[in-house]
Amino acid sequence: MTDSQRIRLLSTSLIIGFFLMWELLCIILNVSDLVLPRPSEILVTMWTRFPVLWPHILQTLYSTLFGFSLGVMIGVTLGVIVGTSKIAYAVAYPLLVGFSSIPKVAVVPIFVLWFGSGTTPAVLTAMVICVFPIVVNIATGLATTEPELEDVLKTLGASKTEILWNVGLPRAMPYFFASLKVAITLSFVGAVLSETVASNMGIGNVMMTASSNFQVSLVFAGLIILALMGVALYAVFSMLERRVTGWATRGNDIAIT
Amino acid sequence: MVFGTGDTAVTALSPTSIRMDRGDFLALVGPSGCGKSTILKLVSNLIQPSSGLVLVGGKEARAKELRIGMAFQNPTMLPWLTIERNIMMPLKIVSPFKQTYRKDKTGAFRDRVHALLKQVGLQGFANHYPWQLSGGMLQRSNLCRALIHEPDLLLLDEPFGALDQFTREELWQIMQDLYLDRKPTVLLVTHDLREAGYLANRICVMSARPGRIISDEPVTIPQPREIGMIYSPEFVEMTQGLRELIAQVRST
Repeated sequence: MTDSQRIRLLSTSLIIGFFLMWELLCIILNVSDLVLPRPSEILVTMWTRFPVLWPHILQTLYSTLFGFSLGVMIGVTLGVIVGTSKIAYAVAYPLLVGFSSIPKVAVVPIFVLWFGSGTTPAVLTAMVICVFPIVVNIATGLATTEPELEDVLKTLGASKTEILWNVGLPRAMPYFFASLKVAITLSFVGAVLSETVASNMGIGNVMMTASSNFQVSLVFAGLIILALMGVALYAVFSMLERRVTGWATRGNDIAIT
Repeated sequence: MVFGTGDTAVTALSPTSIRMDRGDFLALVGPSGCGKSTILKLVSNLIQPSSGLVLVGGKEARAKELRIGMAFQNPTMLPWLTIERNIMMPLKIVSPFKQTYRKDKTGAFRDRVHALLKQVGLQGFANHYPWQLSGGMLQRSNLCRALIHEPDLLLLDEPFGALDQFTREELWQIMQDLYLDRKPTVLLVTHDLREAGYLANRICVMSARPGRIISDEPVTIPQPREIGMIYSPEFVEMTQGLRELIAQVRST
């Protein structure tokens, strides 16, 4: 058995073990399913309520991915501007840090005020929450490019744009993908957060409604669905990362969050 | 050439004048910190002179009239590109090659890279990544990249400095073959007097900082030279002379 197979096996057993432990503890301690439902009950709820849950899953996925794509576009643009110019880096940083320190829960009411409840604030929250890590990582990747690598092109008389395309951006790719993995999970948080507060669609809304009706196992079903979607999207971006930046991840990871 | 301002200003280079003719192979030797690399950076336009003029091909260095190839002590291959694509980089940047880069990168340009790789003994490594190659192999690739766009002027900044003796001597021979084959104008900065004597047909010695040229002598031994020649009495006598000259300027 290779190392990676062993790790995968251990990982799977840890997950299964976690749920088994949960199930067992609930039975032994006789926990009411109004407090903490057993995983088996949650699974049954997920299965029986799936037709109702499905459109909400799609809604959350849509808001998340839409917001995330907008966030990536804005993040990359800002990151390139901030990372290529030392002055822009110094000038813009305090403002960026200020924006990033605002708790994103606080912006949801503002978006609702502007755009009403529904999909728009969910998309915007997902966007706002994931921009900062992308900007910081792209900017860091560009700003830490070894001058020697740039000199190779400078001696050839390359323009600034040529240097950016051929050295800066490829060099920043590992940082970019590291930030994408963080950003996609953050986007999920943003979308669900907004759905909880101001929407009648989406997993966030399902969980809110279920909790006020004391359908506790449905609340947990929502949680597990969110976790599964998060893992799936994370996996997609890890795979993309390995494809694109294999040169940089020969065993070790770079990540700045 | 002055670096920095005010109290921290360092005069790296006294007023200096060197003239190189087309096809010259000039080696620049001298104690460390004497401004050898500064001269290279001035010629390649990586830095601008604080006073005076750098003329390349009769025009100011900034004008980029001539094609320049450069190899540093550190091979600085781009880690995300294969050796082939790394060597092709100048073709992507420099006119007139960049106009047809899209079309030729899998055709004529690739053949060109492979031919050059073969010449330096690296056939079969075109699709490897830089981290899969040893230091000596990277330095050969580095020479290929400096030469692929057939530069009129080749600038070498201690390109063989970090290699072991055997690899270095092997690369000297490869360098000599490449030079005799193409006859570019070469400016080589080095610490190694035997390297200077073996490769160059003119050696300039610089004084300690702030540097200036204190000796400018031709190497009269005819090319191509055998590697064993570096142990011949006439060669040893020449390098010994240079050695004493540098020892003198270091102590003053």
